[in-house]
Amino acid sequence: MPKITIDDIPIEVPEGTTILQAARMIGGDIVPPAMCYYSKLETSGGYCRTCIVKVEQGSAKDPRPMPKPVASCRTTVMDGMVVRNITSPENLEARAGVVEFLLLNHPLDCPVCDQAGECHLQDLSYEHGKEATRNEFERREYDPIDIGDKIKLHMNRCILCYRCVKVADQLTDGRCHGVINRGEHAEISTYIEKAIDNDFSGNMIDVCPVGALTDRTFRFKSRVWFTKPVDAHRNCDKCCGKVRLWNQGEEVLRVTARKDQWGEVEDNDDGSTAWICNECRFEKKNLSDWTIEGPSDISRHSVISANHYETLRSIQTNTLKMMGAKPHGVKVELGEGALDPNNQK
Amino acid sequence: MTNSQDIQFSTEAMEKVRKIISRYPTGKHKSALIPILHIAQAEFGGWLSSQTMDYVASILEIQPIEVYEVASFYSMFNLQPVGNCLIEVCRTSSCWLCGAEDIIDHIENKLGITVGETTPDGMFTLKAVECLGSCGTAPMMQVGADYHENLTIEKVDNLLDQFKTDNKKSRYC
Amino acid sequence: MSRKLLLKNDHIQGINTLKTYKENGGYSVLEKALKGMSPDAIVEEVKKSGLRGRGGAGFPTGMKWSFLAKPEGVPRYLVCNADESEPGTFKDRYLMERIPHLLVEGMILSSFALGANTSYIYIRGEYFYVSRILEQAIEEAYQAGYLGKNILGTGFDLDLYVQVGAGAYICGEETALLESLEGKRGNPRIKPPFPAVAGLYGCPTVVNNVETIAAVVPIIEMGGDEYAKIGIGKSTGTKLISASGHINKPGVYEIELGLPVEEFIFSEEWCGGIKGGRKLKAVVAGGSSVPILPADLILKTANGEPRLMSYESLGEGGFVTGTMLGSGGFIVMDEDTSIVKNLYTFSRFYHHESCGQCSPCREGTGWMERILKKILDGRGSLADIDLLWDIQSKIEGKTICPLGEAAAWPVAAAIRHFRPEFEAYVTNPDSIKDIKHYYRLKN
Repeated sequence: MPKITIDDIPIEVPEGTTILQAARMIGGDIVPPAMCYYSKLETSGGYCRTCIVKVEQGSAKDPRPMPKPVASCRTTVMDGMVVRNITSPENLEARAGVVEFLLLNHPLDCPVCDQAGECHLQDLSYEHGKEATRNEFERREYDPIDIGDKIKLHMNRCILCYRCVKVADQLTDGRCHGVINRGEHAEISTYIEKAIDNDFSGNMIDVCPVGALTDRTFRFKSRVWFTKPVDAHRNCDKCCGKVRLWNQGEEVLRVTARKDQWGEVEDNDDGSTAWICNECRFEKKNLSDWTIEGPSDISRHSVISANHYETLRSIQTNTLKMMGAKPHGVKVELGEGALDPNNQK
Repeated sequence: MTNSQDIQFSTEAMEKVRKIISRYPTGKHKSALIPILHIAQAEFGGWLSSQTMDYVASILEIQPIEVYEVASFYSMFNLQPVGNCLIEVCRTSSCWLCGAEDIIDHIENKLGITVGETTPDGMFTLKAVECLGSCGTAPMMQVGADYHENLTIEKVDNLLDQFKTDNKKSRYC
Repeated sequence: MSRKLLLKNDHIQGINTLKTYKENGGYSVLEKALKGMSPDAIVEEVKKSGLRGRGGAGFPTGMKWSFLAKPEGVPRYLVCNADESEPGTFKDRYLMERIPHLLVEGMILSSFALGANTSYIYIRGEYFYVSRILEQAIEEAYQAGYLGKNILGTGFDLDLYVQVGAGAYICGEETALLESLEGKRGNPRIKPPFPAVAGLYGCPTVVNNVETIAAVVPIIEMGGDEYAKIGIGKSTGTKLISASGHINKPGVYEIELGLPVEEFIFSEEWCGGIKGGRKLKAVVAGGSSVPILPADLILKTANGEPRLMSYESLGEGGFVTGTMLGSGGFIVMDEDTSIVKNLYTFSRFYHHESCGQCSPCREGTGWMERILKKILDGRGSLADIDLLWDIQSKIEGKTICPLGEAAAWPVAAAIRHFRPEFEAYVTNPDSIKDIKHYYRLKN
């Protein structure tokens, strides 16, 4: 088994492991952030470039450094590889550049975005970005579109991670949405506003790292941090029926798949991914539909994990600051106490 | 679903399509997509409507989105109607060095349109495009499959007049 | 007169036809090789020749061929990259238009050497009329028994097809080309795997430029060792140079590698000097993506040695004082040229051609173009110049494919060598508008 070091921490991993997977085995701060890679989706990763790392030594056999930063999610380890992530200032600078590119055209609409509080881009900009944007040009704008009656697409917020396309390709038959146009005009689209009509299409909401694809049955119902997540299950003949309910009092506001510490949908006991069907996601909004297992384990990245409340305001304000002084389209007005978790108004 | 019943390749075009599909190994017929889109664009008015693209998808037995993804990626496919005669003037480095901007200005003035527009009679659409590999014979423009090179104002005038007289339809194939 | 291998017969009337091509020795190399040489022997000759990829990267062709995986029962493919789209480059078009059979003969020879029974020539869509010329030549070759089943009675089968693209520079990147050939968007693949292992339809594939494949014909004709004697050092053989811009005789020239740049620009045999007797300001020597050099550095290296048309000499000094041979797209600019404006046309090009798959290129190319436009419009600031520098440095090396570098390098080089001109645009825009001769040059 190849032995490697990441930020001076040694680890031995199975043949064929990627640098990112190896880093996740170590855990902690040395794990590169990943916006497009999704371990449950084949051929994902490589696009966003946020997980880049410096390979100081290619392998024991060929100790030369790799000439360019590599996408850790798509680079397999070699025995004797020496990787630097957070111990390379140069790598952190390069990553900050990538974050700036990702935010270059991202709108200033966190206050009205349903993803706020569980947005990976928000976390990324807070943890790896710079303080302010240097972009003074107008951002790209698209009108939001309904992809059927259950899913909303805000293309303005999309970072083109391709995860939803891979969900459509790998979980549903007859994919009808994809990426059209080229370059900075590339967009997720059905081209002729077709509804995505498939039992598993709702999973694209769960894999979306930003607020580009959101659940229309949950839109504007509540801030995610005002809801209480519980794990629940039901007998479902289409999917595993194991979900997370996001409740307010007796009301089920939202149903999602259960996610692990990397923000990915968890595995079932048999190793398959616990994707959920649209019936469970969109139709079962009564507590009586479900057997409640108990409060959900919440990852450190979740807005409702310990200490996240304290940092939330600074994430939000920092993100807004990063995105520059000139908002387009959306008025930024955080109401008094809007970010206060104890404020139920 | 979009109705694509009224769109049908001519027998001759269909023959070409079949021949193209036969170039690829079994099961790899999606390779024929770009060549077929060229034929479709030439057959159905110089642009690709969603009906046309759906028709191509049905021939290749692929999802319509797979056609939209591809058609919208490549600059030679027009997803909006264009004039009969699409004039594409190169403006990258060597062509710019050799006076492409003067050529574009002249065509704009002569046709009374700006880059990206179509004349009210639907005859001409003017596009400024990136390098077409005619740097040694700059400035140049492409009209359909034809390269018109070493352009001068006089040459452009003559060409435009000729296109108008011939009611020229620009087609790549 | 310089020695010609590829274009020695380009002036002959009717050389595009099989008949005339054969009368001038065409297909004799193919007959010799198919009847008298093993595939491995051909690969060996190509290795010995020192031939390097003529599309721009300059990777040794023989080595690329030897990487080709050969699993049992899996087809192998040879794909010719005729997607010539690098601004300033038009040599492949010239070669295919004038002597299509040279490419066809090269394709058959190379397919035989690599064990490919189906090969494709992927040509950019805008060259539609050239694809017709190639198809005509291929048809003739089929009729003459050079293509199809049991070629020349040797038992070797080959089908050769022309595939047209539809307007996308990125398809010149070999994995994007393969995606496009599979009927998909031209998005470069994430490597590994490399095409030599999993290329077209997941099968082992070699992708070579038009000129590279054409060069295989003279290499087999004269032998790899003889070919390697032409040129200088590791820059063996001849190279097609596309010369354009402010020169008296733009066109495609076949040079022996090692020709002094000064001779190439000013001699009557080649470019014939600068138009209108003006002075030379700068040259982009190898297609739009290679660093631009000011007159003094393109004519002589920083050490004062004459700069030669070779991979090594053009590269001498690294990017600080040197450049690259690239695809041989040689763009010459006279003293009146605005370097900033020329760079703007490049940046607009890369912005237009970015596939949009990875974030640095998708977002960064447009950003650079907009800043350059702002500077050109007289609305820029000194900070914008530094910002441009920083953006290019954050694109370079961070992308999936080399388009990132191709977009970044021209920006870096223009600022590196012509910063005062950028500064003049922002501090005194009127001086640029009124005085075309901002630069006074030595030569």
